[in-house]
Amino acid sequence: MADPALSGPASPSSQKPDSAALYRTVRLIRRFEERAVELVHDGQIFGGIHPYTGQEAVAAGTCAALRPDDLITSTHRGHGHVLAKGADPARMMAEIAGRTTGLNAGRGGSMHAADFGIGILGANAIVGAAAPIATGAAWAARCAGSDRVVMTYFGDGAVSQGVVLETFNLAALWRAPVVFVCENNGFATTTRTDDAVAGSITGRAEAFGIPAARVDGMDPEAVFAAAGTAIARARRSEGPTLLECVTYRYDAHHTWEHAARPRYRTPEEVDLGRSRDPLEIQGARLPEARRAQIDAEIEAVLEEAVRFALDSPHPDPATALDYLYADGTQARAGVA
Amino acid sequence: MAESTSKTQQISLSKGLNLGLRRALEDDPKVLLMGEDIGKLGGVFRVTDGLQKDFGEARVMDTPLAESGIVGTAVGLALAGYRPVVEIQFDGFVFPAFDQIVTQVAKMRARALGKVSMPIVIRIPFGGGIGAVEHHSESPEAYFAMTAGLRVVAASNPVEAYWMIQQSIASDDPVVFFEPKRRYWDKAELDPTATPYPLYASRVVRQGTDATVVAYGPMVKTCLEAAKAAEEEGRSLEVIDLRTLSPLDLEPVFASVRKTGRLITVHEASVFMGMGAEIAAKVTEKCFYSLEAPVLRVGAPHTPYPPSRVEEEFLPDLDRVLDAVDRAFAF
Repeated sequence: MADPALSGPASPSSQKPDSAALYRTVRLIRRFEERAVELVHDGQIFGGIHPYTGQEAVAAGTCAALRPDDLITSTHRGHGHVLAKGADPARMMAEIAGRTTGLNAGRGGSMHAADFGIGILGANAIVGAAAPIATGAAWAARCAGSDRVVMTYFGDGAVSQGVVLETFNLAALWRAPVVFVCENNGFATTTRTDDAVAGSITGRAEAFGIPAARVDGMDPEAVFAAAGTAIARARRSEGPTLLECVTYRYDAHHTWEHAARPRYRTPEEVDLGRSRDPLEIQGARLPEARRAQIDAEIEAVLEEAVRFALDSPHPDPATALDYLYADGTQARAGVA
Repeated sequence: MAESTSKTQQISLSKGLNLGLRRALEDDPKVLLMGEDIGKLGGVFRVTDGLQKDFGEARVMDTPLAESGIVGTAVGLALAGYRPVVEIQFDGFVFPAFDQIVTQVAKMRARALGKVSMPIVIRIPFGGGIGAVEHHSESPEAYFAMTAGLRVVAASNPVEAYWMIQQSIASDDPVVFFEPKRRYWDKAELDPTATPYPLYASRVVRQGTDATVVAYGPMVKTCLEAAKAAEEEGRSLEVIDLRTLSPLDLEPVFASVRKTGRLITVHEASVFMGMGAEIAAKVTEKCFYSLEAPVLRVGAPHTPYPPSRVEEEFLPDLDRVLDAVDRAFAF
């Protein structure tokens, strides 16, 4: 298991960002994703992943502004959120690799990792589908008299989903303590945001009376500051906020692209997108030696995470029918 | 005698649901009702009449017309320990929520290794017979029964409605609860001190010896009437109220078919790919040597629900059930 002191979330909500902690989270996510892609290519992770590379500032900045008892929902491109909220990288790697030691014993996989004990209500492969779930959890917090906040992530593709607009309406009506974080990474799969979104992303929220801000999604400290404002507002029961974090997806929509090589953006464009790298932006805020020390720590954490994942067993197929029903009945078998 | 009648009361099916919901709200502060027009109006079928007045707007919530959003927020509430009961105003309106029900409600527990449950009840008035055309007369139960992780039940009368809604709310599994729309106004005698029949169990509601008829929801009454008519013609039909569509409790059906040798399944949904198909397959497997005739199925044609002027031609009725009985005896 990884050392929780190294793998834990960046320091919870304070007004001033902890630059080293933010850098550590960005670095952890970046290297986690790079190692995970290697494991995909090695055939150790089946089915591929949706790499979060390039978007690390969003997860790092927003989660650093949350309290440990706050909740999040995540997306199909969700490894970054789960790590930033404090999941153990070793158990997350094992989850993606489908091993029994994973966060969900390998049942959730890359797109459905959840860790309820630390407030991760689950990633979600249906685009936009987690928005109402987060809003329901936020409403529950208000009903229970808690000042807990729920943060829900979705991409630029999700703002075209009806359920997200339904959720804006519900959250605004109820003044639910939810923060909507739209990661505009430029593409819904391969379709450009400009080709898919009429009007604007912030305009959608504003139409429901929800304050919205466009944030530099490459700068962890800019994201942290914007998230802090939105979270504080939610905690004061003043209702939801939308943050459109403008970022760039460095890697493929899905690792399938590494083989299929669809042409929907030029190498020059990708180079330009990478020119403001969250890792470098945040790294430049630290003394060289401190940065090197964190890098080394992260390498050790991930070395151990990969070893842990690959040494862990695959699930026993005999358990496939378990856990479906609360009353203990097994799922039906595939033969009659 | 005076004492026993004082305990019972004459109620309609919608009143049975109303009393059941009231009791659930009283028994468990985590129970919440959500839906369109359920609060101030009390629901278009009056099922939640008076509940918002007595339990407040926080526990009986009028929502916008946003079925996917309603069910999605119910998932979040359930994750946080609440027991939401969602009213879908008409059967056809469940389709905008289908995604949340199938991809989230049904799957959350298994993927979390049982660390979370989804104690959500989704109430759906279903079926035709009130002249309400398509989207307001649908029988979508098989879609949900096919989905692993959901429980699907259908009440057939006021007393069953009273008990089954409470049992569904108490269930830690998500329950899609079908209410026979055209029977909302049927009346029966309720004894609230009685011991309820288990939720996930089918039930013989009329004993017979010559053929078995299995139905659920609104068709149970139709089949009981058919059995009465058949008796006058000298045929004894055993009628089983299935009550639960997932899980399917077919042991009473097997026992009955081993006795009668003939089975007719009846539902308002289309014959094609309806619940009757699964029942026929299981009965053929388990009662092969007892069958005197193939299992026959009564249901709707495989078409969209028709205009109200012709719904009587579309919906199974007593004659169509009796005709199937005749065909079963012709083998």
